[in-house]
Amino acid sequence: MIEIENITKRYDKQTVVNDVSMVIEPRTIAAIVGTSGSGKTTLLRMINRLVEPTSGTIKLDGVDNHSLPDYELRRSIGYAIQGHGLFPHRTVAQNIATVPLLLGWDKERIDERVDELLRLFQLDPAAFGPRYPHELSGGQQQRVGVARALAAKPNVLLMDEPFGALDPIIRTKAQEDLLAIQKHFGTTIILVTHDMEEAVHLGHKIAVMDGGRLVQYAKPAEILAKPASSFVETLVGSSERPFRLLSLGRVGDAVEKGSAEGEAIPADASQRDALAELLWSGKPALPVRGADGKALGRITVDGLVKLAARPA
Amino acid sequence: MAIRFDKLGVVIAAIAGYAAFFAPFATFRANRIVPGEGRFILDALPAVGGPLLLALIIAAIFVALLKTPLAWRLVASVAVLIALALAIGVAGSFLTPPNNTFARISPASGFWLLIFAFTLLLADVLTRLELSPFVRIGILLVAAVAVGALLASGSWDSLSILKEYANRAGSFWAEARKHVALALGSLVAAVVVGLPIGILCHRVEVLRAGVLNVLNIIQTIPSIALFGMLIGPLGWLALHVPGAAALGIRGIGTAPAFVALFLYSLLPVVANTVVGLAGVPKAANEAARGMGMTDRQRLFGVEFPLAFPVILTGIRIVLVQNIGLATIAALIGGGGFGVFVFQGVGQTAMDLVLLGAVPTVSLAFAAAIVLDAVIELTATSRRREAVA
Repeated sequence: MIEIENITKRYDKQTVVNDVSMVIEPRTIAAIVGTSGSGKTTLLRMINRLVEPTSGTIKLDGVDNHSLPDYELRRSIGYAIQGHGLFPHRTVAQNIATVPLLLGWDKERIDERVDELLRLFQLDPAAFGPRYPHELSGGQQQRVGVARALAAKPNVLLMDEPFGALDPIIRTKAQEDLLAIQKHFGTTIILVTHDMEEAVHLGHKIAVMDGGRLVQYAKPAEILAKPASSFVETLVGSSERPFRLLSLGRVGDAVEKGSAEGEAIPADASQRDALAELLWSGKPALPVRGADGKALGRITVDGLVKLAARPA
Repeated sequence: MAIRFDKLGVVIAAIAGYAAFFAPFATFRANRIVPGEGRFILDALPAVGGPLLLALIIAAIFVALLKTPLAWRLVASVAVLIALALAIGVAGSFLTPPNNTFARISPASGFWLLIFAFTLLLADVLTRLELSPFVRIGILLVAAVAVGALLASGSWDSLSILKEYANRAGSFWAEARKHVALALGSLVAAVVVGLPIGILCHRVEVLRAGVLNVLNIIQTIPSIALFGMLIGPLGWLALHVPGAAALGIRGIGTAPAFVALFLYSLLPVVANTVVGLAGVPKAANEAARGMGMTDRQRLFGVEFPLAFPVILTGIRIVLVQNIGLATIAALIGGGGFGVFVFQGVGQTAMDLVLLGAVPTVSLAFAAAIVLDAVIELTATSRRREAVA
């Protein structure tokens, strides 16, 4: 659990982060969204003390983050940034081993951990371990960057626009990987992004920042349904709102009784994808099947349209 | 089939053609200070030797002129260079009248131009072959051994420059040691002092402009003026600081030469350290901090290795520059090869000037080749290891 209490950061007269308080529950993903200059990156960097706050405290699992020397604190927190920041003169395996080495793990344990992480990120340890970062594709570099951040099994992972430099297709894949890995390790993740789509997709909760202030901190559905200010509303994008709301729900939750003709939609697909499929096929309803291939019922355009409406 | 010319080959052919037919190959002088008379290849060599050498040069000119395979060009350039090296020795003994110890035979413009032309051809071939650093150092070693063997065999002993050497064999090696000690010693001192200054300038931005400007100004002071400026303070130190004189600190001699070379060396070392550290990817630095490296770990683990090839380039500049500049040290009694250069100028004995200049140039040339190879090794070792 991360407790941010009345955190303020001032440079000379300019207040970059203004009295922000929020609590991030363990094993969840919190997405911090805002325009550039909103203070979101500064807020993130105060958690691992790359930036020192002017006032306020941050507690990690109840312990003030100033109770350790800064470098020791940072070794216990994963950190992944845009453009991955891999060391060009070290191999992929050496890059991933950075923090375990700083912590003084023995060689066998480090090698084991590096192999485990590479396999988890679908990179063959024998083929990729000895390579240098410039020999990897952009998507592979980014995966190694996240693997490196997770190397010492941190409870908390800070990510600063980690997918910013990726093309849309690789980006989607990287987001899916991140969700899977977060489930696997149960890491608490704080992710800074300027992309509301990404925030809605990844965040259990979304924090919206504007001009150094925390404007709203809530579950994605609530941010979409009840934006706290006109700024949040703009950020959500009024034309995108209904579709973003649908993207939060699974088809399985919108199944109606009955049957329909056509290509079956899997129950774990998002409602937004189902609506797109329905509109594209020109049919009012399509059948739904479970993961085991069993028919569960059908999904209808009418039903989805109701779900996409502003919640009461 | 159309005949196609090699662009550089045209230049080489023009130089070599002029040098072989219109410039003297060797100079004959009755003694070491009178003006000499030129001797063309056919006059300078015994009956068969002259035409043979000319024929070889003409053949090599055609190889250079036309677009020919690299292997041909390599063989042609090496063959001519070896033939020239042998021929000048033969010319030396052939032109010296029997039992005459005053006459001096030295290589003339034709010889030097031919050497230049075919070294150019050889350098061009070696560049185009894209040899690995180890092979380049190997070639340098072979060339050094070949020249050493020729010197040892005595086939050049009748040449004027070696006659000058014979008269000064003892002091030659003493000055050589001084020269190398001055050039290398001031380099080491500059690296020991310059690296920390460079790191400091990188970390503390306020210092950067000031320090670099001061070093820039020092770099623009002419070397003789700098020696002069150092005489006063160093002389004062020797007189007033106990033990300074015992350490060899005096207004003239090795100390001011060493200090001047050291000061000249600082700018390249500091500037390249700053540039090298600034070139470290920002994201890598940021990640290093974010992962909990201390400043020291970041400096030695990330910044330094990444900046190293650039810093090494600075060291290469300094070493080559120092080997050349150390010649001037002789002016203020600092020793080195400059001693022969200035004695030679004083006596208008050009052979003596060459005795100082040729080793200096060879040394600088060898240092450049070795350090270039090392720079390439450090910059590419990652890539090559990864492929292997």
